[in-house]
Amino acid sequence: MNRILVVGASAAGLAAAEALRREGYDGELTLVGDEPDAPYDRPPLSKQILSGEWEPHRLPLRSPADLDALGLDLRLGIGATGLDLAARTVLLGDGSRVPYDGLVVATGVRPRRLPGTGHAHVLRTLDDALALRDRLGPGRRLVIVGAGFLGAEAAAVARGLGCEVTLLEPAPVPLAHAVGEEVGRVLSGAHREHGVTLRTGVTVGEVTDGGVRLADGELVGADEVLVAIGSVPNTEWLADSGLTVDNGLVCDEYSAAAPGVYGAGDVAHWHNPLFGARMRIEHRTNAAEQGMAAARNLLRPEARKPFAPVPYFWSDQYDMKVQAFGYLRGHDEVTVVEGDLDERRFMVAYRTGDRLSGVLVVGLPPRAIRPWRAAIAARTPWAEAVRTLAPAAGVV
Amino acid sequence: MHVEVDEPKCVSAGLCVMSAPDVFDQRDDDGVVILLDSDPDTALDEEVREAAGLCPAAAIRLVEK
Repeated sequence: MNRILVVGASAAGLAAAEALRREGYDGELTLVGDEPDAPYDRPPLSKQILSGEWEPHRLPLRSPADLDALGLDLRLGIGATGLDLAARTVLLGDGSRVPYDGLVVATGVRPRRLPGTGHAHVLRTLDDALALRDRLGPGRRLVIVGAGFLGAEAAAVARGLGCEVTLLEPAPVPLAHAVGEEVGRVLSGAHREHGVTLRTGVTVGEVTDGGVRLADGELVGADEVLVAIGSVPNTEWLADSGLTVDNGLVCDEYSAAAPGVYGAGDVAHWHNPLFGARMRIEHRTNAAEQGMAAARNLLRPEARKPFAPVPYFWSDQYDMKVQAFGYLRGHDEVTVVEGDLDERRFMVAYRTGDRLSGVLVVGLPPRAIRPWRAAIAARTPWAEAVRTLAPAAGVV
Repeated sequence: MHVEVDEPKCVSAGLCVMSAPDVFDQRDDDGVVILLDSDPDTALDEEVREAAGLCPAAAIRLVEK
């Protein structure tokens, strides 16, 4: 293998490129990204960048010298427009064709948008974050559509900047589908305490010139609107390629989409054998882990390893750091195993079937979390995990 | 190799501690990284590179000697 192409120059693509070099690959390595900036970090966009605490110079994932050392053919500001699997060639937006022996697809996602004639912000790129930051300040009325983690983080930051914030959410309890109703209520409570107007059970129909119009016709007035209602995988360029696209690029447990073609990061919909489930994970740590795993499997097909991570995410809201390990979605039970929800210092554990599938922690020390993470990785039965790790919780 | 950490960037994920427990630890109160050994033994190179690659905040910088 002497020509490897990585499409997507964010966390997953960069991790793949680095891992290839680390593993000794010294052939041609092309990294293509549709944004003009060198690979940068996204989680701070809704946190330190939006708040103004950080300037953009803190965001690059690697220094120019470290990037140089990778010996990349780095092509920024150019997207991929097509893939010819049989000819092993990717077509780029500037009309050029890049032949490859190995391909890593790491094209990520883009924000879902709402219809309407009014202007709405989204929050995915550095430019998005800077444009929104410019418009926030004391007394400014910000309506955020969607109370998921991104919307909730932006709400917390905007309150800190003195904005009047209204958070609109279609579900009865924000984030309940992701982390359970109990934790969703804790987070909602924190937002209300900090003066956010949280309206649940409301559906937004469109963005208008003066705010957003709800499905029932009510106009919610705003100076600025942020739409944070999830993402769409960037897979259009793969449409006629013969690869399977279904909520992202479908990959097997090795993160492979076809021989010599691997998916990584937000765009990859792969089978995680640790949980026996297909998943597509838009978390920062998954991007790095999957980029590295894809690179290794691409380089050493004879020694491929299944990509079976314990997913991890964190979210900063006000003075709370929320951390979760595992695969919480579709859980059957949530139990507080340490601390107290009302004090916002707690760990909850998630049961899926008869297994411990995840934990979520607010305000507890790292050493309290580690044994639980290890138990998730070891596929520990729920009853055993609770008995040995949380005897005081008194469940089971 | 020489290891540097950028504390203000750390997001307390703790993945470095899982990858290279002899080189990294976390503060109890906020989980921020503690660098136990800025010039670890070469036997730990692989672990340390894994930790740096996984760090979700790009807060670990390695300087190859």
